[in-house]
Amino acid sequence: MKFAILINSAPFSHQASDTAYQFCQAALNKGHLIHRVFFYHDAVYIGSSLMCPPQDEPNITVHWQNLAKQHGFDLAICIAAALRRGVLNEQEAKRYGKSSANLAAEFKIVGLGQLVEACLTADRLMVFGG
Amino acid sequence: MKKILFIQRRSPYGTGFAKEALDAILMASAFEQEISLVFTDDGVWQLKNQQDTKTLGIKNFSPTFKALELYEVKQIYVEQMALEQRGLQIEDLIIPVTVLATAELRQLIQQHDVILSF
Repeated sequence: MKFAILINSAPFSHQASDTAYQFCQAALNKGHLIHRVFFYHDAVYIGSSLMCPPQDEPNITVHWQNLAKQHGFDLAICIAAALRRGVLNEQEAKRYGKSSANLAAEFKIVGLGQLVEACLTADRLMVFGG
Repeated sequence: MKKILFIQRRSPYGTGFAKEALDAILMASAFEQEISLVFTDDGVWQLKNQQDTKTLGIKNFSPTFKALELYEVKQIYVEQMALEQRGLQIEDLIIPVTVLATAELRQLIQQHDVILSF
């Protein structure tokens, strides 16, 4: 089965993004496919490269980067939600005159249409958090 | 074509969910799918007429619901129990809606391919 994943909750404050990660791992281990993981609402913070959790705590951003690289699926961040919350790639940082960009590698800033496209392409959408 | 159901569960201004969910609804409408929208729990407050957010310092986005018809989002439902529990009536809402009993809401969810709950 091909899954699309929507995550709506902030990292650390909520377990949703950890649960989503574990779901994806389990699904991939069973031979299912992940089409795209879409980060919306406060989940866009997961795409910030500036998060520095203590070394003995999991870094959810790095977990997603590794899993996406290994299995070749998209980590898509909603542009409107990301700009509001200060998660910017180089292009957006330049456009808004900000001193730096902070989007983590492997993540892409995309339009909301990519969420709808994922819903239409996947066999099933799984929503985590919110 | 897929049948997409948006479930609005949150009050309009306590969190950013209602506003950002509305953005997603408008975007989905551009994909020419069959879109339905249901308001339940505190989500029914999103449709309350005469909202005034001046003292909150937040934009009142409720007029956008009136534009849904232009976006071909015409199947709009409200759960009856959610209205009753909050002392609201259909006349208090900013747009015309179809009222559903809880069992009908359950059926509605079962009839859709994609459920986006905010």
